[in-house]
Amino acid sequence: MGVQSIFDAVISLDSDKVVELVKEEIGKGTDVSSILEQGLIAAMDEVGKRFSEGQFFVPEMLLAAQAMKAGIDVLRPYLIRSDSKSKKGTVVIGTVKGDLHDIGKNLVAMMLEGAGFEVHDLGVDVDTDTFVNAAKEKNADIVAMSALLTTTMPTMEEVIKAIKENQLKCKTMVGGAPVTQAFASRIGADGYSEDAPGAVEKARELLGL
Amino acid sequence: MLIVGELINASRKPIAEAIEAQNAEAIKNIAKEQWEAGAHYIDVNAGIFVEKEADYLQWLVKKVQEVVDLPCCIDSPNPKAIEKALEVHRGIAMINSVSLEKGRFEAVASLVAGSDLKVVALCMSDEGMPETAVERVKIADKLINKLVNKGVLIDNIYVDPLVQPVATNHNFGVEFLSAVEQIMNNFPGVHTICGMSNISYGLPVRKILNRTFAIMAVAKGLDSLIINPLDRELVAYLIAAETLSGRDSYCMNYLKAYREKKLNL
Repeated sequence: MGVQSIFDAVISLDSDKVVELVKEEIGKGTDVSSILEQGLIAAMDEVGKRFSEGQFFVPEMLLAAQAMKAGIDVLRPYLIRSDSKSKKGTVVIGTVKGDLHDIGKNLVAMMLEGAGFEVHDLGVDVDTDTFVNAAKEKNADIVAMSALLTTTMPTMEEVIKAIKENQLKCKTMVGGAPVTQAFASRIGADGYSEDAPGAVEKARELLGL
Repeated sequence: MLIVGELINASRKPIAEAIEAQNAEAIKNIAKEQWEAGAHYIDVNAGIFVEKEADYLQWLVKKVQEVVDLPCCIDSPNPKAIEKALEVHRGIAMINSVSLEKGRFEAVASLVAGSDLKVVALCMSDEGMPETAVERVKIADKLINKLVNKGVLIDNIYVDPLVQPVATNHNFGVEFLSAVEQIMNNFPGVHTICGMSNISYGLPVRKILNRTFAIMAVAKGLDSLIINPLDRELVAYLIAAETLSGRDSYCMNYLKAYREKKLNL
């Protein structure tokens, strides 16, 4: 009931309401991981689903993510105290070298965060070494790359090669307007998705979640 | 209003297929349709074929100019592909585009320097995508100055202030529009150009946003557009917008369009 109203408040894109309700539930002694899982994360899944179905649009995804984030901020001190079972995995994400487009990459980062992943966003124009070093340093489960230009797409292959050469265990995901499943398969990426909610599903699939 | 017909772009699936199959008829038909609809340049883009881009771009220029008496807008950031396309191009082409990103300015600018070529100057730098009007005008200023210093006539420069989706920041529309106005006022003789579709990314019924935004930009001084010229309604509204913006002496363009039945929607 209480957790359901948090879910509803995220879907209604109401940050203030989410903060208020999360505080209320914590006060009542509700299990914080159920607030996170059945309240916030489940709501972001629903938002992603509605986006993929064409019922929700980009600005609504942004607002829902803000509402979710506001809720997480209230929850954070309690989450650290509770067990870390709610941790889904670590993702290092960035737009590849020579490419400055960040809108799609930001949406994917946001949705992954919304799904409970620990996300390290390296920004745009990220070179191969930076990807590899961040993957090592953060002990990443997934390295996700974005490219919006046909001229920068081939760089993804270099990053994937470097990850393999360094024998890192992480999976790789690629996306961006000109990127296709065929291209992703050809360069040896473990995952591809057409949109942000699909990227969340793919990440879960790759990590067996 | 200068119109660049955008349809021969390999990121559109039927075009990619026609290029791969070397289906000259398909390409020629689309070129001809855009010409008949009043386009001034025919955009050619083969960007998705990374390794074969240069060959395909040259092929597109040849095929387009076999049927239409128009110059092409050579749509590639790759100087080798541009050069190869120019080898066979007749008339004065437009190059789309040069930007302030490292490597990209010198390579393309040196192709344009000392020629009559038209060039699109895209407001992008290594500092990332400009978000505000101030950032756009700053990049435009540098691009225009650098090109003029290389001997490019200001009349041959088409600044693209970079359209960003209003869905991700509600100020992106107004910042773009304000940039167009400032660029047109600060650099007399320069042109401004853009494509429309980025503005509406992530929102429904994109056509309404695209069209309205084009009209608003024309009101701010935008004088060139990369659009689908077969969209008769859009073209009619653009003609009207230009007339209403004080750039149609004695409304002669509007009347001409009327007599050519371009306003019969």
